[in-house]
Amino acid sequence: MLTIDQATYDAIVAHAKRDHPVEACGIVAGPEGSDRPERFIEMVNAAGSPTFYEYDSTDLLHLYKEMDERDEEPVVIYHSHTATEAYPSVTDVNLASEPGAHYVLVSTREHGNNEGPVEFRSYSIVDGVVTEEEVAVVPTLTRSES
Amino acid sequence: MAIEVRIPTILRSYTGGEKAVTADGASLSALIDSLDADHPGIKERLIENGDLRRFVNIYVNDEDVRFLGGLEAELSDGDQIVVLPAVAGGAHPTTFFASPAALLRRTTPRGPRKDR
Repeated sequence: MLTIDQATYDAIVAHAKRDHPVEACGIVAGPEGSDRPERFIEMVNAAGSPTFYEYDSTDLLHLYKEMDERDEEPVVIYHSHTATEAYPSVTDVNLASEPGAHYVLVSTREHGNNEGPVEFRSYSIVDGVVTEEEVAVVPTLTRSES
Repeated sequence: MAIEVRIPTILRSYTGGEKAVTADGASLSALIDSLDADHPGIKERLIENGDLRRFVNIYVNDEDVRFLGGLEAELSDGDQIVVLPAVAGGAHPTTFFASPAALLRRTTPRGPRKDR
């Protein structure tokens, strides 16, 4: 199950709506091993495409070095589909390289840049196997014990 | 000659879970051979048909190796290598991306290369 706070959920949806019809992409980082999506990071879709996304290679290095310095890992890896459902495509599955992450897909096919609900779904993708998981949106992430 | 190589999560099964290992080689190609000698199978995840896989990024001292000559890039003692799988995907349905178990396997070049 993915547990995500309302503000981060809203930020992902806003990014997807803003970039429509281009696919939006980004990460929510969190402390290693915590499974807590705490730090929302919008990424630029270097492909600039309505059907493909890719982080710029320099941005990617910067992001991973920064997470490493902060003892973080990618907890959520999100992107949007702008004309199809919020389900991982073959491309998504083939290129998924973070087996510990929640892959969030948002579909903006219904309302595009405008107000209105979106599909927001989350999956684990491990060795080519897609497993959908429940999404719990909470007002704020509860403090961990430590 | 010792060169540190940072290994991404998805390839740590080859390095016994280690985040960084050392290898040596005067070129990236030689370094990958050295890496594979110690961690058999890892080369196959980085190279396909004699070229770097399309969706694997390798950096030498923070520079994308595709801009340094790819596999021919020259290395020196103390260089730092980082391997990162691309974060990419999208709705694109074409079989272009669709080979089975194609993780990290596309080979279409991106960016300038010495040999093209």
